[in-house]
Amino acid sequence: MRSSVIVFPASNCDRDASVALEKITGSKPSLVWHAESTVPESDLIVLPGGFSFGDYLRSGAMAAQSPIMKDVITKAKTGVPVLGICNGFQVLVESELLPGALMRNRDIKFLCKDVLLKVERNDTIFTSQYDQGEIITIPIAHHDGNYFASPETLKELEGDGRVAFRYVDDAGNASADANPNGSQNNIAGIYNKDMKVLGLMPHPERLISQELGGTDGLGLFESLVEALH
Amino acid sequence: MSENNGMSDTTLISETEIPEPVAITAELIAEHGLSDDEYKHLLEIIGREPSSTELGIFSVMWSEHCSYKSSRFHLKKLPVDGPQVIQGPGENAGVVDLGDGQAAIFKMESHNHPSYIEPFQGAATGVGGIMRDVFTMGARPVANLNALRFGAPDHPKTSHLVNGVVAGIAAYGNCMGVPTVGGETNFDKRYDQNILVNAMCIGLADTDKIFYSAAKGVGLPVVYVGSKTGRDGIHGATMASAEFDEQTDEKRPTVQVGDPFAEKLLLEACLELMSSDAIIAIQDMGAAGLTSSSVEMADKGGVGFTMNLDHVPQRETGMTAYEMMLSESQERMLMVLKPGSEASAKAIFDKWDLDFAVVGETTDTGRLIVHHKGVIEANLPVATLADSAPEYQRPFVKTPKPDAISPSDVPATDDVLGTLKTLMSGPHLCSRRWIYEQYDHMVMGDTVQRPGGDAAVVRVHGTKKGLASATDVTPRYCYADPYEGGKQAVVETWRNLTAVGASPLAITNCLNFGNPTREEIMGQFVGCLEGMGDACRALDYPIVSGNVSLYNETNGIGIPPTPAIGGIGLIDDISTQATVALRDEGDVLIVIGETTGHVGQSIYQELQTGDFNGAPPAVDLELERKHGDMIRSLIIEGRLKAVHDTSDGGLLVAVAEMCLAGKIGVKLDDISGDIPAGSFWFGEDQARYVVSVNPGDSEALLAELSDKGIPAYQIGVVTGNEITIESHGSLPLEQLSAEFEAYLPNLLA
Repeated sequence: MRSSVIVFPASNCDRDASVALEKITGSKPSLVWHAESTVPESDLIVLPGGFSFGDYLRSGAMAAQSPIMKDVITKAKTGVPVLGICNGFQVLVESELLPGALMRNRDIKFLCKDVLLKVERNDTIFTSQYDQGEIITIPIAHHDGNYFASPETLKELEGDGRVAFRYVDDAGNASADANPNGSQNNIAGIYNKDMKVLGLMPHPERLISQELGGTDGLGLFESLVEALH
Repeated sequence: MSENNGMSDTTLISETEIPEPVAITAELIAEHGLSDDEYKHLLEIIGREPSSTELGIFSVMWSEHCSYKSSRFHLKKLPVDGPQVIQGPGENAGVVDLGDGQAAIFKMESHNHPSYIEPFQGAATGVGGIMRDVFTMGARPVANLNALRFGAPDHPKTSHLVNGVVAGIAAYGNCMGVPTVGGETNFDKRYDQNILVNAMCIGLADTDKIFYSAAKGVGLPVVYVGSKTGRDGIHGATMASAEFDEQTDEKRPTVQVGDPFAEKLLLEACLELMSSDAIIAIQDMGAAGLTSSSVEMADKGGVGFTMNLDHVPQRETGMTAYEMMLSESQERMLMVLKPGSEASAKAIFDKWDLDFAVVGETTDTGRLIVHHKGVIEANLPVATLADSAPEYQRPFVKTPKPDAISPSDVPATDDVLGTLKTLMSGPHLCSRRWIYEQYDHMVMGDTVQRPGGDAAVVRVHGTKKGLASATDVTPRYCYADPYEGGKQAVVETWRNLTAVGASPLAITNCLNFGNPTREEIMGQFVGCLEGMGDACRALDYPIVSGNVSLYNETNGIGIPPTPAIGGIGLIDDISTQATVALRDEGDVLIVIGETTGHVGQSIYQELQTGDFNGAPPAVDLELERKHGDMIRSLIIEGRLKAVHDTSDGGLLVAVAEMCLAGKIGVKLDDISGDIPAGSFWFGEDQARYVVSVNPGDSEALLAELSDKGIPAYQIGVVTGNEITIESHGSLPLEQLSAEFEAYLPNLLA
């Protein structure tokens, strides 16, 4: 599986994403500098976490204008899978590959901790190795993860089954207490219409071995290997 | 390059040309923080009246912050050597060998004064500064820690200061993508007017790729990289070398403003350039900016620098030479490059959108010559500037030894578990989760022991080795008995590293004290250093870097002596690391080390009597080493299931922390004997650890420890979801956990 990780100025989870991809897919991804105009031929494009352009203006807003994004958008529209993690999700939203917006967390603070997520469906290229409705532990680390969309968009996302992950409690309920950042409908990640673009705030690449505290992040990458190898 | 090359117009300047003197007044000298004697000394050195820029240069070079004039004499006595030490104090950071061709580069530094004046930017730039110290030497930063002291929880400024400092640390470290993995936070009314923000950074480098600041060679380009220079932070170093008074708030413009985005770019650009062989010397521009960096690089290289400030990238118009030489604008570096490598180096900085300018060259004149708009603004001898700072052997009086307090001198609690709950839901011992959850502590994907344990552990990337780190000091011990407190600060980091299974390597420190011109403050300083030195020697645990922050004092009231220690240690195989979390039902709990119920200066004493009094616990260095070495070898052999050192709050607090981490209860025996129960369970005797083992292993372990002459006692078993003490009742963990977690969010919301 050939994958590319886009590196923006002040991306800082590009290495983490590469390490996870190499560990799980067995091949090293290409690191692609934002000023390039073309992404190399890839089965998967990853927009990593971090602070592209220092989060100045709005998280992800400047990166969405980077030269490389034209080609990312073109390739996404032809069906190349794109995974945006944390800041990558913010870039996907700012470049309108995904709908809605990611606002400052409800409590105004940066938050780094493990959260529980419910896998809403397991018939996608990103989730086949999880059980339907499985509750997994994945860390978050963000300041702007409060998902917001218009009522029409929310209705469409929910109606089309495009919510990928939801913040839940240990009983699987999307309760207010389980919602770390104030996201509407406890949304942690969403798909685009053809289910090939996934943006999520939590960091699956951070829990891929027992040494790091758990392995629940593996399933996402193993699903991609299964679908795209 | 031609428009950036200032050589043609600076090399013509004669070293005998001298700048225009400034009209000197007593006020001007005082404004520059110089005493009359120091000014006379300056005149003798240069043999004429200084220019305005020269006066500014001397002012910052001779500030306490840059010159260590009050502390140097005593710092020289500290142990700084060991087989593991690659670089001790004197460079940007200390360097220790990790084996396999790798080194850890680390340092801790204070940003106290600016953080009180403007908490967010003060703390943020403290973090930025310490990371620059580390990556200047060629290391990629892999872990940040911070040691924070705030005033009383109910002081009207405390919440504002904590919120600002924590947000500032988070903003900078999180953006840099370096995990903030550990540290400590204290609240004490004696920090009401002088908070302490000490930031520590650890980086990893290859031992054959370490960069130093000595600018060896003549005719080499001196290159400025990073952000542009503005008027921010002028006289920051001088401000940090004075007491606070009613006008402190007016000093806000001396606080620098941080740009972590620029620093992240600077980090990547510097590491990219360092992978080539273009750099001869590099130094970050920290306190005293361009002045300090150029003087240090030239002095260490035994050369002169001629600089043309016309080429310094400037953020504002109309800046004078004085302002540029003294600016503390952040995210800047000074480098000396191999001739001919300018173009390839510039290409890297262009890629990262950072300024790159040749601002001068090295010379054989031995002089720092500063040229601006066709005029010489300074012409000073480098070696004299670097070495001539005054060194004071300030008079001191030793702190009188306090009386010992007996375990029965403190009114006994009749509710041990209620007291436990009170202690753990108060400022000293409550959960620090509210703080560390604002820090990204997992980025870089190597955090194998997160905040909340004895020490944080990050994996050495791509290996099975682990780098453990911890910061500690118990200021109330240092105040009562500087010598014992100094020992204890060093020993507690050593114990914390030991408790995760690491072999302690070396320490850095931030020595935070009051006004050194007061004899009792100087006595605290000398006492703490003696204690630290003895502990370092006994544990083969040298000091490789650090900084001194004096004048932490407002209107004549100083902070308690606070020599914050940051220790690092190495774990050969992280699969052997220990954590504080209790694991399985039926495991046996054992305390190692003697419990005498030492209540002097304990948190229990403060709760029962309203104050800290008497002698702090004595630290027996031989016992510490014996017990610690034993614990470490047991961990490496895989014989312990959980390990925790006992410190603040004593034995029962240690056990409760293990329960909360493991989400499992304990049933403890009533073994206090003749000691009042409260003093037994909450006394703060040193050299102790609590461990848990498989039930089948406890007898053999106790026998083995007994053979070795190490006191060890079975104190109970792991079971259920309550803390139960025989004949003292039970406390549900859920209740303790809720109150333990609630205190800081309630205080700081």
